[in-house]
Amino acid sequence: MNENIRLMFTPEFFGAILLPALIGGIAITICSSLLGVTLVLKRYSMIGDGLSHIGYGALSVAAVMNLAPLKVALPVVVIAAFILLRLSESSKINGDAAIALFSTTALAAGILVSSKAGMTNDVSHYMFGSILAMTKSDVILSVVLSVIVILAFIFLYNRIFSVTFDENFARATGVNAGIYNMVFAVLTAVTVVLGMMMMGALLISSLIVIPTLTAMRICSSFKGVVLVSGAVSVASFLTGMMMSLLFNTAPGASIVIVNVFFFLVFSVIGKLLRRPGIS
Amino acid sequence: MKTIIECKDAAASYDGKKVLGSLSFKLNEGDLMCILGENGSGKSTLVKCLLGIKPLDSGKIIMGEGLKPTDIGYLPQYTNISNGFPATVSEVVLSGCLGRRGLRPFYSSAEKKIAAQAMERLGIADLAKRSCRELSGGQQQRMFLARAMCAAKKLLLLDEPLNGLDPAAQEEMYTLITDLNKKDGMTVIMVSHDVMRSVDCASRILCLCNSDHCFFGTPEEYLGSHISSKFIGGTK
Repeated sequence: MNENIRLMFTPEFFGAILLPALIGGIAITICSSLLGVTLVLKRYSMIGDGLSHIGYGALSVAAVMNLAPLKVALPVVVIAAFILLRLSESSKINGDAAIALFSTTALAAGILVSSKAGMTNDVSHYMFGSILAMTKSDVILSVVLSVIVILAFIFLYNRIFSVTFDENFARATGVNAGIYNMVFAVLTAVTVVLGMMMMGALLISSLIVIPTLTAMRICSSFKGVVLVSGAVSVASFLTGMMMSLLFNTAPGASIVIVNVFFFLVFSVIGKLLRRPGIS
Repeated sequence: MKTIIECKDAAASYDGKKVLGSLSFKLNEGDLMCILGENGSGKSTLVKCLLGIKPLDSGKIIMGEGLKPTDIGYLPQYTNISNGFPATVSEVVLSGCLGRRGLRPFYSSAEKKIAAQAMERLGIADLAKRSCRELSGGQQQRMFLARAMCAAKKLLLLDEPLNGLDPAAQEEMYTLITDLNKKDGMTVIMVSHDVMRSVDCASRILCLCNSDHCFFGTPEEYLGSHISSKFIGGTK
C-alpha cells in the first residue's frame, strides 16, 4: 500500500494521469449531481440510465467504423435525450417502458456490432469506464461543461426551481418551460457521454441519482438539496478515487460504493433528525 | 365597471378532442366567477387557455387594459407534492414572484416582502421554513394560494382549490377566497364542483355542459335555468 502511495505522487503519474483525471472527474460529478437534482425530482431518473446505454451503442458503432467516438456519440445521445424527454412528457405512452425499449435496443446493437467486429476489448472501456485514460480534450470539455452547468444553476436558479417544482405554474408565470427542458436534455446528454468514459455506461446513472437521494435524506429545502448533493458527490468521487488507487479497485465501482455509503449514513442521520424522506 | 377579461367565441381541444366550442363571456373587475361542469367538460382546459399556456383553436381571449398573462395568479389542479419534493414553504411561495421579476436572476427584498405578506395573510408565516412535504392538505393549499397571490396583480385563477380538503379546511379556503375578492378587490375565477356554495359566493356562474352548450350569467339566473337542475339533483 505504501508503494502505491509513493507511486501516486511521482511526477509522471500525478501530473500526466492523476491530475487530469481528478479535474475532469470533479467537473463531471458536479454536473451530474446538479442536473440529477432536477432529473430525480421531475421523475426522469431513468433517462440518465437510458442515455448511457444509447451512448454505449453509439460509441461501439463509432469504434467499429473507425470514427471519432465523441463526434458520433454526442449528437446521437443529444437527439436521444430529446426523444426520451418527449416520450416521458407524453401521457399517452408509458415513458418508463419506452426508455427501457430504447436503451436495451441501443445496448444490444452496440454489443452486436462490436462482437461481430471482434473489438470487445476497446469497447468494454465504455462499459466499465477508464477514468485514468481521460484525454486532454475530454478534460477540457468536462471543465467547460461544468462551468456552463454551474453558471446556469446560479443565474437561472429560481427558474429551475419553478420548472422542477411545478411546470404548469412556471409556464403560467411566463417561463418558457419547453426551452428549459431542452437545455436540460442537452446538458444531461453531454454529461452522460463524458461521464460514461469515466464511470462506464453501467454506472454513470448512479452519479446522477444517488447524490440527490442522499441530500434529500437530510435537507428540507431545494437549495439545501442542490448544495449538499454537489458536495456529497465531489466528496464521494475523491474518496472513491483514493480507495481505488490504494487498494487497486476499479475506480468507477469504488466511487459508486462510496456514494452508496454516504446515502446510508445520511439516511440514518435523517431518521435521527426525524425528517421524513421520500417514501 | 371595467372589463378585466373577455372570451369571444373561444374553441379549444384537449388531446385532439374538442372540449370547448364558441364560448363567450365577459368579466368585470371585482367579479368572482365559478366555473362548473362535469369531469372532462373542459374546465381545466379553459383555465389553461385563459393563462395563455394553451392556444385556442379559434376565437380570442381579450385581456382588459394593462393585464398581462403573467399578472394572473394561478393555483393548479392536483398539485401533488406527496412524492417528497424537498422545498420549504417560503421557497414555493416566493416562486410566485417569478413572473413579476422579468429577466432579473434573483429576487429583490421587495419581492421577498410580498411573499412574506402573502404567508402572513394566509396564516402560514410560522411554517415558512418548514418542508412542504410535512404539511397537511389544507396547509398545502394555503401555500399554493399564497404563491398564486404573489403572482396575481388583479386576477386569481383557481383550479379546484378545494380538492382533497376536509370540510373544515374547505370552509377556511372559502372564507380566504371570498375575503380576497371582497376586501382586496381581487377578481377571482374558480373551478369548483360545489354548486350550492358556488351559487352562494359567486357573482357570475359559468357552466360548461358540453362542447356546444354552456351557461353564463348571475347565480340567480343559473338557479332559474334548467341546466342547474341536473347538478343540484332535481329533475328536468
